[in-house]
Amino acid sequence: MSGTDCSPGAGPSAISTRALVKEFGATRALDGLDLDVVTGEVHGFLGPNGAGKTTTMRVLLGMLRASSGEVRLLGGDPWRDSATLHRRLAYVPGEVNLWPNLTGGEVIDLLSDLRGGLVPSRRSELLERFELDPTKQVRAYSKGNRQKVALVAAFASDVDLYLLDEPTSGLDPLMESVFQDVVRAVRDRGRTVLLSSHILSEVEALCDRVTIIRNGRAAESGTFADLRHLTRTSVEVETARPAPLAGLATVRDLAVDGDVARFSVEVADLNAVLSMLVSYDVRSLTCTPPTLEELFLRQYGDRLDGSAVFEAV
Amino acid sequence: MTATMSATAPARLAEQLAGTVRLTRLAARRDRWTAVAWWAGLGLFVAATTALFADTLSDAAYLEQETRLVATNTGMRLIGLTSGPTIGGYLLHREFVMLAALAALMSTFAVIRHTRQNEELGRAEVLGSTVVGRYAALAAAVIVALATDVVLAIVLGLAIVAAGQPVAGAFLAGASIAAVGAVWVGVAAVACQLSSTTRGAAGAAAGALGAAFVLAGVGNMLGTVDEAGLRVTSAWPSWLSPIGWGQQTRPFSDATWAPLLLAAAALVLLLAAAAALAARRDLGRGLWPERRGHGSAARWLLSPVGLTWRLQRGAFVGWAVTLGAFGLIFGTLTEQIQDLEGDAQDWWTQTGGSDVVVDGYQASIIQMAGMFVAIYLVQVLLRMRVDEAGGTLESVLATGVTRPRWVAGHVVNGVAGSAALLVVFGASMGLTSGPVLGDTAGLVADLVGAALAQLPAALVVGAAVLAAVSLAPSRSVPLGWTVVLAALVAGPMFGPTLGLPGWLQDLSPFTHSPQAPAVPVTVGAVLALIGVAVALVVVALLALRRRDLTLPV
Repeated sequence: MSGTDCSPGAGPSAISTRALVKEFGATRALDGLDLDVVTGEVHGFLGPNGAGKTTTMRVLLGMLRASSGEVRLLGGDPWRDSATLHRRLAYVPGEVNLWPNLTGGEVIDLLSDLRGGLVPSRRSELLERFELDPTKQVRAYSKGNRQKVALVAAFASDVDLYLLDEPTSGLDPLMESVFQDVVRAVRDRGRTVLLSSHILSEVEALCDRVTIIRNGRAAESGTFADLRHLTRTSVEVETARPAPLAGLATVRDLAVDGDVARFSVEVADLNAVLSMLVSYDVRSLTCTPPTLEELFLRQYGDRLDGSAVFEAV
Repeated sequence: MTATMSATAPARLAEQLAGTVRLTRLAARRDRWTAVAWWAGLGLFVAATTALFADTLSDAAYLEQETRLVATNTGMRLIGLTSGPTIGGYLLHREFVMLAALAALMSTFAVIRHTRQNEELGRAEVLGSTVVGRYAALAAAVIVALATDVVLAIVLGLAIVAAGQPVAGAFLAGASIAAVGAVWVGVAAVACQLSSTTRGAAGAAAGALGAAFVLAGVGNMLGTVDEAGLRVTSAWPSWLSPIGWGQQTRPFSDATWAPLLLAAAALVLLLAAAAALAARRDLGRGLWPERRGHGSAARWLLSPVGLTWRLQRGAFVGWAVTLGAFGLIFGTLTEQIQDLEGDAQDWWTQTGGSDVVVDGYQASIIQMAGMFVAIYLVQVLLRMRVDEAGGTLESVLATGVTRPRWVAGHVVNGVAGSAALLVVFGASMGLTSGPVLGDTAGLVADLVGAALAQLPAALVVGAAVLAAVSLAPSRSVPLGWTVVLAALVAGPMFGPTLGLPGWLQDLSPFTHSPQAPAVPVTVGAVLALIGVAVALVVVALLALRRRDLTLPV
């Protein structure tokens, strides 16, 4: 608990990076990333492939050294105090590489013991819930089963922080739901989770707040409600008399079909547009908040013209 | 009915081989540098060794004496078949088994690379979904591996001719070595159908190779020597072994191609068996059931030292058995060494640093064991690079394990394993030289001590490899092997023979290794070697603390 300048949220910060930069030669993998994860929350970490999610995880684990910027994890410096901090966290890597000739059970025991131990009852419970046979050699497991080995090894330990790098990409829907239950149970005990993921329904179901990373920096950060405010609502309205919507600068994507008009508008401008519509006698009105997919497509889509944005900055 | 059968059978076979040509080109393209490395490595080795023997054994009387030595000694018969006092014959006695084993491994790796490994890594699935027949991958692997063996036969023939030996014998020798490689194309093809993993298939093929070595060796040991003591006639077990068939061509005396027909027949039978097995199994699976293991870890496994031991113990046991066997053989040779005269005696006294031929012999054999153990140590330490590049390190270092503790896991295993191997070698050599020289207990103690005195030089090599892993991770594997090779070439085994300048020889730690038991061990030299090793380890640890890990992306 030192130097934690956690603006968002209530609790102290479990993870905080400020202007974090990581360069590999000429490549800038992280370009001034600000990330804040509050103790006790499940924080979603989203971004397109190659945005820097795994690099961030590895910096947080002290496997890569930050080129510049500030990184704090559980109140310590992840590069200097890595082994001490690692006793308080568990990590599931994105690509699970294990020893082919060890069994799943041996790997689970080995990794949790090197971390400082596991809760035996939780180990057997997790094996049962994930339907994992611990006597098989790792080479005989499918990708999904290797991922389960890493998940059981992580969640069998009772630690303060769980770092999960796309942990469910190989799991079937049934196991995905087991995974969500396990994460909720961990949060209910007051633990912190940083979950990098591509599966939006999973992020929506689990995460209190999200950070979207793009081109090595945080594009957006906040609750889903916050993020939705940043984008447009779709409106379908039927009026008795045609409303002069085309004249409004705040109205976009307008399509008029007789008395029915469809358009989108920023949440902040919604009231102004609605009060104007009322005077044209509204007969029916549907407002659809942006789906998560739309939210992310907008964020990810900007990647294409990201260079232009950065030049402008 | 019969008419349709005969019409469709070839069509069906063609369908099952569809895509073979494309896959063959793919395999050939993937193998182009690997194959060239094998040809160049084996060719240069054979040319250099033949030239060395031609030079040192140029005196006919001496050649006869050396030939008689290897023909009449039971231990030496285990590693080769003697066919008469020729340079080529002597070369084949000394090196045939090793070259044949390397050719067999070359073939095994090639076949596995293009069949089982592709299945294990999931590439075969992608290929299999295109227009590729059931046997196409196997056929392509066999074609490429056999072609590699044919070229190897020619390269080895040229190498022996280049060293001034008769042309006909040279190419028959090359063909005999490559024939063993060709038989293992068949063995590996069968092994890949039986086992569901790359390791399992390689293990099965290596096990068959071990059996072939033992059969050929025992057949030669039990064989009879002619009156002149220059030619061994093998007993029947040799004829059960592909290595034995290769030896029986006796290229530089009888020069008969007939035994190679046995190899060809074996290859055809093995390929037919592999095809029949391939028809009965699923993609990605073998015919052998997968093995189950323990559902939880043993206590001793739960540390970096225990984990490394678990991953290394198979290799360690293999090394211990091999070094123990060689210790026993070299011990029995003491009897013949005592009777040596002239040039032969000089070589041992020069390299061993003693006027007494037996002392010189023991000292140089034990130095050689030290060099072998250095190779083992390098193999253990380069596992660190495998951990890092393969990504298993990520999971380990995400726990409470620090980087130095991870390194310590490998160093402890490497040092303890090397020391244990040296003890095994010294003790087994003492056991069999005891009956010749008397006082077995004392000899065992002396030779174990002398063997352990070789450890510091091996540690210097190991520490250099550690520094390479820390400072230049992506190049550490070639760098590591280059360091060992350079230390061996500049060391006492080859340096003086090659006429290398003194300063270059001094760079090899083996040059400074004690010539025990011939010369008393000097504390100064041992401490200096240990000091260099420790300094390199410190540099390695400091560098490792500062750098990023090079994990897979």
